[in-house]
Amino acid sequence: MVTILQLIVSGLTVGAIYALVAVGFTLIYRASGIFNFAQGEFFMLGGMLAGIAMASYGLSYPVAALLACVITVIFGLALFLLGINPARSASPIQLLILTIGASLLARGLASAILGKDFVRLPQLLPWDVWRIGGVVIQVQAVAIVAGAFLIVSAMGIFLSRALTGKAIVAVAANTVGAQLVGINRVAVISLCFALSALIGSLGGILATPITLTSYDTGVMLAIKGFTGAMLGGVGKPYGPVIGGLLVGLLEAFGAGFLSSVYKDALALVVLLLVFALFPQGIFASRSVERV
Amino acid sequence: MLKVEQLGIRFGGVVALDGVSFSVAEGEIYALIGPNGAGKTTLFNCVSGLYVPTGGSVFLDGADISSLKPFERARRGMTRTFQNLQIFEHMTVVENVMAGARIHEKGGILAHMLGLRSVKAQNAATRRQALAHLDQVGIADLADQMAGAQSYGVVKRLEIARALATQPRVLMLDEPVAGCNAIETAEVDAVIRDVARMGVTVVLVEHDMHMVMGLADRVHVLNQGRTLAVGTPEEIRRNAAVIEAYLGATEAADA
Amino acid sequence: MRNKLASPYAPPVIIAASIVLISCLPLTNFQVRMATLLFIFSTVVLGKNLLMGYAGQISLGHGAFFGLGAYTVAIGAARYGLSPWLLTAMSLPAAGVIAWIIGRPILKLRGYHLAMATLAFGSIFAMVLTNAVHITGGPDGMALDMAAVRLFGMTPRWSWYWICGGVLVLAMYLLASLLDSPTGREMRAIHDSEIAAGVLGIDVAQAKLRAFVISAVFTTLAGCCFVMFDRYITPQSAGILRSIEFVTMTVVGGLGSAIGSIIGAAIFVVLPQFLTVFHEYEQAILGLILVIIMVLLPKGIAPSLAGWLRSRRASSC
Repeated sequence: MVTILQLIVSGLTVGAIYALVAVGFTLIYRASGIFNFAQGEFFMLGGMLAGIAMASYGLSYPVAALLACVITVIFGLALFLLGINPARSASPIQLLILTIGASLLARGLASAILGKDFVRLPQLLPWDVWRIGGVVIQVQAVAIVAGAFLIVSAMGIFLSRALTGKAIVAVAANTVGAQLVGINRVAVISLCFALSALIGSLGGILATPITLTSYDTGVMLAIKGFTGAMLGGVGKPYGPVIGGLLVGLLEAFGAGFLSSVYKDALALVVLLLVFALFPQGIFASRSVERV
Repeated sequence: MLKVEQLGIRFGGVVALDGVSFSVAEGEIYALIGPNGAGKTTLFNCVSGLYVPTGGSVFLDGADISSLKPFERARRGMTRTFQNLQIFEHMTVVENVMAGARIHEKGGILAHMLGLRSVKAQNAATRRQALAHLDQVGIADLADQMAGAQSYGVVKRLEIARALATQPRVLMLDEPVAGCNAIETAEVDAVIRDVARMGVTVVLVEHDMHMVMGLADRVHVLNQGRTLAVGTPEEIRRNAAVIEAYLGATEAADA
Repeated sequence: MRNKLASPYAPPVIIAASIVLISCLPLTNFQVRMATLLFIFSTVVLGKNLLMGYAGQISLGHGAFFGLGAYTVAIGAARYGLSPWLLTAMSLPAAGVIAWIIGRPILKLRGYHLAMATLAFGSIFAMVLTNAVHITGGPDGMALDMAAVRLFGMTPRWSWYWICGGVLVLAMYLLASLLDSPTGREMRAIHDSEIAAGVLGIDVAQAKLRAFVISAVFTTLAGCCFVMFDRYITPQSAGILRSIEFVTMTVVGGLGSAIGSIIGAAIFVVLPQFLTVFHEYEQAILGLILVIIMVLLPKGIAPSLAGWLRSRRASSC
């Protein structure tokens, strides 16, 4: 029983990260139809930059975190404004390849400039672990889940209450219609990229104390986040969150009961199963294509 | 040749088609008309297999094809053109038509990859036939131009030539002269008459009343997913219910 | 002359002639090796071009087929003492069957979903290669113990130059014939409009599957050549990065262009040599190239070049 609870805890922890990736990915996808393969790199950059800033340049935790977020957001904006927006005539697959290129670029620069070692960050809160009835809970894990919850809630409130947020929803629902009522599509999508990058870097900073980050961690994060988004469905706002958590739980239980070596493969198998069984996500409603 | 029984389809809560039936004889030209949103293209899509209806059946030459996919229906002799034009942009005009002849071409993939002489000979024969079809619709001089660069009127006729290359028994045309000028319309009209004379059954959806009334043997009027009236062009022209559906009740009272 | 150039068989002839011409130049050993690698990767890109450029389907998992060919030869030779040539001959139909089995369900997906599904398969295969240490030698890879090949008394280096060059020309010939055939027209039709292809009687699912199988077999063959040439194989050759590199080569060189395939492969093979100083930045530069090409020349180098030449000729008339 304790083992099961332990697995649930670790599954939710890791799942919270995947949920954040899924949310960031969905934000961009719904507003612009772009499949951002570089989503995972936002997390990687956040963690790596903050870690190196502290270790090599002696900056304090808050300053390093702020710096990391700023640089990541700049990267996200550059990706859209310099890469994707100019490539207007490109097909969706060409844009996907563009984001793959951006992901490679980020990874390459990170490995060359920041090094190939794993990077560490200190915990957010002073305690190390809590023990509740035989279950060991890392405090940072709680910070991750709480942080993710706060971020997603803030996003939700922003999208439904703030005027700018509603503009994003409008563009997501009907791009031409939104433009016709005066919403600047480029500005809105730039904002989505910036927000997505911000969510990513915050997530990376929260996660690094437990998971450690290296230049390489972005790709699997992106794939698992995408799996979460597919599982939950991009139609409903809470879909990606539930999907991400589910992926985390499945991974934890898979690692616990089946094999920890192939735990990454488990997420991939889940992805394939989702494609096979629920092509439009578990929570999405069916739709018909008009000819 | 073609028989449709009680075809119905719903999208979510919307009933787009409700119990539509008709039958078309071999070599007949059958027109589907109706106000916008009446369900003409939906009916087309159901009959050609692009949509799966929630009820009803489709029979081709006596055989029930209701469960067949579009490509299977094409192999039985039913093909169609598209309202929103689905030509192969990156292929030349003649290659588009040659693609239509695919189901009549032979050879396994190995023979194709080895480039055997028989394959090359077949290519030449297919090209000759394709040129003949292009000639039939009057665009043979554009044979080696890229299809994606052609004007609307040319593309409309290309679609028909391509459909003819399948040697269909039933040819379904979705708004074949939409957006065409008077000359182009007359040319397409002549092509359709030729095709029907060869024994091909033609079903068309059109908004151009003048053309439809002059061309069709029988007309089927749809309104809000249901059959409103079926008859010869003269009968339909005089049908009060049809006039009301198109023009509104007060206009009908004045007519 | 212009008509001859437009013949679908022009590329294989040009390349065959180039291979012969280049062999007459005074090349260093290193350059011969580069050329041989170029031939091998060009074969992969040709197959991918068929799948992506003509049939219009994307695959981010072809590294797996490359690894399948290479590891089949390596493992078969090491554990069962079979001849690498025999193993190569066996791996091709095996790859075809595997591609057929995977392709049937996977090709029902579109666009991004297909990309991710192929990525998933490729990644899983690479993970197995890395972790099944007893069989595959794990992350360090494994060696191929093979007698030196001497074609007509040439050195092994030159023998492989001609063998891989021959494979490339054969692949180009097969591809050219295919495209000028009913199957080829079928695939090109599907690329532009699957719906229209369907109502013309084309079995879209079958055609996509055929393109997938052919590209898989080409890639597997290249993998076999690679391991026999290099005498060594690591899981990196079959991983996500390798799959992405294949896609990069295909897209950068130009979809739908046989010569483009070779240009794309050339950039990938030759570039690291110019970057010896910047070796660390290799991944970053690859990514940068990808981004720049997608923004400026989304059709790829060869078609953009051809288009530019065409417009110049038109304006000078």
